[in-house]
Amino acid sequence: MTFSGRRGTVQALQEIDLSVAAGEFVALIGPSGCGKSTLLRIIADLQVPSSGTVTVAGKSAAQARLDQEYGFAFQQAGLLDWRTVRANIELPLQLHGVDGDARRRRVSELLGLVGLEDFAEHRPPQLSGGMQQRVAIARALAEKPALLLMDEPFGALDEMTRERMQDELVRITDETGAAVLFVTHSIPEAVFLADRVVVMSPRPGRISQVVEIGLGERNADTREAHEFYAAITTVREALRGRLGKGDGDGDGDGALVDSREAL
Amino acid sequence: MSGAGRFSVLALPALVLGAVLIGLWQALVDGFGIKSWILSSPSEIWRQLTSLFNGIVIATTHTGLNAIVGLVVGVVVALLLAGLCTRLRLLGHAVTPVVGALAAVPIVCTAPLFLFMYGLTSSTPRRAVVAIAAFVPVYLNTIRGLSEMSTVHAELMRSLAADRMQVLRIIRFPGALPHFCTGLRIAASLAVISAVVSEYFGGLQNGLGYFISDQAHNTNYPAAWAAVLAAVVLGLIFFAGAVLIERVLLERRVTTAS
Repeated sequence: MTFSGRRGTVQALQEIDLSVAAGEFVALIGPSGCGKSTLLRIIADLQVPSSGTVTVAGKSAAQARLDQEYGFAFQQAGLLDWRTVRANIELPLQLHGVDGDARRRRVSELLGLVGLEDFAEHRPPQLSGGMQQRVAIARALAEKPALLLMDEPFGALDEMTRERMQDELVRITDETGAAVLFVTHSIPEAVFLADRVVVMSPRPGRISQVVEIGLGERNADTREAHEFYAAITTVREALRGRLGKGDGDGDGDGALVDSREAL
Repeated sequence: MSGAGRFSVLALPALVLGAVLIGLWQALVDGFGIKSWILSSPSEIWRQLTSLFNGIVIATTHTGLNAIVGLVVGVVVALLLAGLCTRLRLLGHAVTPVVGALAAVPIVCTAPLFLFMYGLTSSTPRRAVVAIAAFVPVYLNTIRGLSEMSTVHAELMRSLAADRMQVLRIIRFPGALPHFCTGLRIAASLAVISAVVSEYFGGLQNGLGYFISDQAHNTNYPAAWAAVLAAVVLGLIFFAGAVLIERVLLERRVTTAS
């Protein structure tokens, strides 16, 4: 697999050839067990592939991680409950020795970016799930990475919060210009967010189809648009098509159920 | 809720019940003319407490000093060892089960041994008993807190390219703090118990434990009960101290972000 970030390409997983341009938003979708999270984690060097090599931004995945070429947002926000929102967002800057003044300025910017200025001194348990996820996203963006890796960050949120978070993410990526690789179970989420939806299938995990989403600028009407539904149908058929040809042991059931649920 | 309101809800029922029980106790002793060597009445105990007050205070001070010195030593050793065992995993795998086994041993049982091995004329053996008793819960709770780290925090720190010391400082230590405080509360109570009980086996005759057994030997039961009351107060002071430290530590943890 070839994955191109802003500054280079990534080699990961067999049979997969994909490149992501600067600022591009790519969603990975597929049934449970199709390896979409694994792929993301290999790129992030959270997991080491059993064979093959990975390069991110022209470096090995390990080097890219050490050089902080990406920000990572997990499904669980993973905040430190004993720290204030401000201190949570500050964590990457603190770890990498950014001095106090620059830190405070950057955290203020980020608080504004995710709309949490009024909650800077709150602690995570006082926040809703959506707000916690926004803190996590702000944290992932703290050092202005060119690449944002997101592993089902909205998976645990209710549908309405989820849509609001999607709107927020569209705005944030517009403002930061970061490329995003986004793992999700939800077809509408993938279609709404991504420039391209990469449909994966299991055993072995591979890309079965790449769907270009030509929705242009996202806004309040996007979810009502005919093109939106058409794209959803295309992605769903891509997922289902794979199932039809697949091993027929019910592997992909998860995806179909997920997609119905999500709609 | 206001301070006074909280007090009346939380403390008042217990205080009323306590007062009623003491009243019943007094009425029982008076009404049936029970002798003090069978059951001392509250008023007798109070009389002994006031007349022997200075002696009881001095005895409480000696015992309290043994308890605090032993507690501090036990806590410091427990923290150092827990920190070391977190750095050197193999050492932890060796030490933790042994300390766990030690937790099942009633440490005060070793008090006579320490006494005769390390000197009848010194407070050191008693303090050693207290230190061991306090060490165990602090070590076990702290090591559990230090080793418990959620997967997402571990992966977060890895994705942020944090080194081991940063993980220790930013995730493990603050994460272990509530566990340590739990251990400290248990240790504080154990320290007082151990300090009092370790005086029952002879040695220096200056503390509360000696006072209680001496008065009991002389069948001055009300005086012995008065000293028991002092031991209860000492235990409460230690417990309250531990709770206070817990509050301060957990409060500070929030604000020591950067």
